Amino acid sequence: MTSATARTRRSARTIWGVAGGVVLVAVGVTVSLAFGSRVVSIAEIGEGLRAFVSGDTAQEIGAIAVAERIPRTALSVIAGAALALSGGVMQAITRNPIADPGILGVNTGAALFVVCGMAFFGMSSVFSYLGLALAGGALAAVVVYLVGSVGAGGATPIKLALAGAAVTASLSSLVSAVLLPRAAAMNEFRFWQVGGTGGADWSSIAIVAPLIVVAAIVVFCLASGMNSLALGDDVARGLGVHVGRTRALAAAAGVVLCAAVTAVAGPIAFVGLMVPHAVRLVVGPDQRAILPISALGGAALLTIADTIGRVIGSPGEIEAGIITAFVGAPVLVAIARRTRMRAL
Amino acid sequence: MSGATAVRTGRTRRARRRRIGIAALAALLVVLAAGMLMLGKTVYPIDDVVRVIIGQDVPGASFTVGTLRIPRLAAGALAGIAFGIAGSTFQTLLRNPLASPDVIGITSGASAAAVLSLVVLHWSAAATTALALAVGILTAVVIYAAARGGESTGGRLILIGIGVGAMMNAVVQFLVQRAAEWDVSVAMRWLTGSLNGVRLEDLGPLAIAAVVLVPIVMVLSRDLRALELGDASATALGVRVDRARVLLIVAAVALACFATATTGPIAFVAFLSGPIAARIVGAGGSPVIPAALVGACLVLLADLVGQFGFDTAFPVGVITGIVGAPYLIFLLIRTSRLGGSS
Repeated sequence: MTSATARTRRSARTIWGVAGGVVLVAVGVTVSLAFGSRVVSIAEIGEGLRAFVSGDTAQEIGAIAVAERIPRTALSVIAGAALALSGGVMQAITRNPIADPGILGVNTGAALFVVCGMAFFGMSSVFSYLGLALAGGALAAVVVYLVGSVGAGGATPIKLALAGAAVTASLSSLVSAVLLPRAAAMNEFRFWQVGGTGGADWSSIAIVAPLIVVAAIVVFCLASGMNSLALGDDVARGLGVHVGRTRALAAAAGVVLCAAVTAVAGPIAFVGLMVPHAVRLVVGPDQRAILPISALGGAALLTIADTIGRVIGSPGEIEAGIITAFVGAPVLVAIARRTRMRAL
Repeated sequence: MSGATAVRTGRTRRARRRRIGIAALAALLVVLAAGMLMLGKTVYPIDDVVRVIIGQDVPGASFTVGTLRIPRLAAGALAGIAFGIAGSTFQTLLRNPLASPDVIGITSGASAAAVLSLVVLHWSAAATTALALAVGILTAVVIYAAARGGESTGGRLILIGIGVGAMMNAVVQFLVQRAAEWDVSVAMRWLTGSLNGVRLEDLGPLAIAAVVLVPIVMVLSRDLRALELGDASATALGVRVDRARVLLIVAAVALACFATATTGPIAFVAFLSGPIAARIVGAGGSPVIPAALVGACLVLLADLVGQFGFDTAFPVGVITGIVGAPYLIFLLIRTSRLGGSS
């Protein structure tokens, strides 16, 4: 009976979590459309959206502003959701509270490959960036994880963080080494280097969105298997989970989610770290609840961070990646304080 | 051979290795310094360089060597000394080879302050250094306060430091990108450290800091060796643990911040100097002088490689970054293999 009560309470919390997430996303999308260098009214948002849906061009200035903000809002929603999912997956399969695409070096690996593509092969389409970012991100994540999991205790938080920091440092030096002799590539890259959704356009969203959707579906399907992984590999195997296959598939999906975002929005750190932790505090340890709600939370966080960046930075903007770094580092500190840690 | 003789022979052998190691490092430093002054677009023979140094007027060389190469050499050597001492002091105090000020985000904090001051506020070199120092110490205090309490403070300190460093790097990237006059060399200096465009008049704060702080650290480093044995043993040996530790940390942070304000956070020099020095001169003896020499040699060598090793001139921090990070990975793997907790 008690277990039934507990289960009811958990599912109630899950429902509240989903509801809260949906509300936050709605708030995020609304403020993202409404605020910026110019604040528009609800009526103007409606007009802008109507014009967008019916395919007209918006007439008055407020509606035009809204129409301009629609693509970047869409990208913020997609990217935020993908990053949070990616972080949640990586934390689940590594059983490591600080796993995050930024910390695991995915961003820098993606950056290095993109830069090499720009510099040596003259690539410039979103499509080629995407492939390069995927390859580089996956490679960096694998290297960091391998280095971080050598020795006793496997991938402890601190070993993983240090491996990530080391790989990030050497890869960024390589990025500089490739870029410095090439002023043109450098100029293009410096705007890519700070993550943000300002450069959103529909063609690049159309390329990454399907990939993100597929990876997200894979992740959701694996959620219950990841629940078993949390109990340890042996127990999970006893419960009938294909440990290796689950972990490999989930890792692949996690890297795809993050690298796809990196390809269109540049490196945005800490979203994947923060959101799953916050969600876990609310809904408990069930991945089937954590992952979807994290996606909602990530979408809300990134749209709001992007809006804050536009408002504070007005008339220019502060990229969302900088805002999330500022919110995220204190969260990392809090996690580090809560986690009982073996020193290395 | 009696036990006492064996101990004495061992001690003599260690002392000799240390003397030879220090002498070799000093000789290498002189060679590298000569290289820094002689090499360039125009290669000047050594006697021209010497004549410029003693103040004679040599056509051409006076400008190139006196105005361009000497400040570059001085900046590199001073920054190397400062980073080397700061790093080895941190590593000894925290008893962890990973806990150097560049790994745990302190130099990133100083760099963020310096770039804010120079690129956005257009302050003078002295004011920039002051701000970098203040922010660097603040960063150290924040990291230390956040990591305090409970067991395994060391591991937590490093993890928190990495997080704070990531935040500070975001600030640097943002400020550099927003700088009105986007300039590759400015960006490189504050992101990875560079000696390009250093002027003699900018070196004042760093030179003064080195002259004042290096002796302080050397005097205190006697206590540092006792601290290496653990707090309890150090107290038993008569060291006032807390005072010595606070003074040393402040001096080390200050050295790292002064150097960062001048050359930017040259990647991994602080992290590498201590371990390399220990490899060369052996354990035992104060780590300060060997680490300072290794730091200076590293910066000068990396700068020479960066300037002349490739078709394009790379700033020093790019070279030390490419060299330093694999060593960090190696250290991680080796420490984990041994199953050691440090």
